[in-house]
Amino acid sequence: MKANYGYMDGSGDYFITIDTDKCVECETRACVAACPANLFVIEEDDWDDLVALIAQDKRKSVKYDCAPCKPVTDRPPLPCMAECPFDAIEHSW
Amino acid sequence: MAKEYWRWKEYNWRDEKRDWRDGKVITGGVDVGSVSSQAVIMVDGEIYAFSNMRTGSNSPDSAVNAMNWALEETGISMDDFDFIVGTGYGRVNVPYADKAITEIACHARGGNYMYGPTVRTILDMGGQDCKAILCDERGKVTNFLMNDKCAAGTGRGMEVFADLLNVSIEEVGDLSLDVEEEPPPVSSTCVVFAKSEASQLLRDGWSRSRVLAAYCSAMAHRVFSLLERVGVQKDFAITGGIAKNTGVVSRLEKELGLTALQPRHDTQIAGALGAALFATTLVEKGKGRKKSQTAVTG
Repeated sequence: MKANYGYMDGSGDYFITIDTDKCVECETRACVAACPANLFVIEEDDWDDLVALIAQDKRKSVKYDCAPCKPVTDRPPLPCMAECPFDAIEHSW
Repeated sequence: MAKEYWRWKEYNWRDEKRDWRDGKVITGGVDVGSVSSQAVIMVDGEIYAFSNMRTGSNSPDSAVNAMNWALEETGISMDDFDFIVGTGYGRVNVPYADKAITEIACHARGGNYMYGPTVRTILDMGGQDCKAILCDERGKVTNFLMNDKCAAGTGRGMEVFADLLNVSIEEVGDLSLDVEEEPPPVSSTCVVFAKSEASQLLRDGWSRSRVLAAYCSAMAHRVFSLLERVGVQKDFAITGGIAKNTGVVSRLEKELGLTALQPRHDTQIAGALGAALFATTLVEKGKGRKKSQTAVTG
C-alpha cells in the first residue's frame, strides 16, 4: 500500500509517501532515527503489519518540519530517503 | 429561531423483513466523524439497521447516541454483539468498541460492499476532510491520500454556503446546475475566504444558483486534483455526504471523464459499514468477544 501523509493547501501539495509493502520487509527502521524532526514512528497498521508512518501530530506540518532538510540551493539527499534500504519513502515537494 | 439551511436529514433505518434472531453473527460499526456519526448493525454480514446523525461536541456521547438510535426498536441489546469496530476521527473515543480501525480502511471496505468488487477508486468527501482511496477487489487499500488541513472541498464548506445563500443543503446541488453558462469557480481554497468571495459575488448581482455553481465547481476541481495525485482507476465511486450533491458529482464526473457508480445504500454510512464488515471478518477469524461483555453507557 502507498500511504500518503501530509496535506494540500493554497500553497501546494506536501505529502510523504511510504510504500508499506516495501517497508514491512525492513528490519533496520533507520528512517525513525534519521529524521531530525522525529516525523517517523513504527506502528501496526489496519492489517496488523508493523510499518513506518508519519506521527499523527506531525501530518499537518510536514512542510515546515521538513524545511531544514530542504534548503533552496545545494539540497543534500533527504536523510529519511537516504537511510531507507528499500527506497520506500518519497516526498512530493 | 432562524431556519438552519445546512441541517441535513438525520434518521435511522432497520430491515423489517428480517428477524435478527435468525442470524448467527451480530456485529457493529460506528463511525464518529467530525460532522456526522453513523452506527451500522450487521447480521451475518448483511446490513440490518443503521443510524445517521450529527456529531455532537462530545465524541463518546455521539458514539453512544448513534448506536442507541440504530438499536431502537430492534430488540438487540449490546450484549448480543459479537464484535464492534470504531472508526472515524473519534474512533478512539468509542467506549464500547472492541477495536479501532482507520476510516481509510473502513471506507474502502464499505465502498467495496456498497458498490461491488469492481470499484477501484473511492472518493470519500466527508465533513471536514477528503480522502482519495485506491483499493483492490476485496476492498483492501492499495493507495490513499487524505487532505484534512483545509475545510474547502468538504461537507462543512457546503453547509456554510447553504446557510449563506438560504438554500436547503439537499437542494444545493440541483440549484447549482440551474445556470445557463458555467461561471468561473470561486478562487479561494479556504472556505472562510470563499464565503467572503461569494458575498461579494452576491453584491455584484450574481444569482444564488450562479454562486453555488461557482462553489461546486471549485469543490469539484479541488477534489479532482486530489484524485489526480493517486491516479484514478475504473470503477470510480463516491462516499460521504457530498456524494448526494449532484452539483459537485456531475462537475467532478465531467473533469474525470468518468461516471461514478450508483450506491445501493446511503453514502454517508460507508465508513460505519466498513467497520461492521471488519468486525464480521474478525469474528469469522475467531476474534469475537465473549457475549455479555459490555453494555452501552452514556
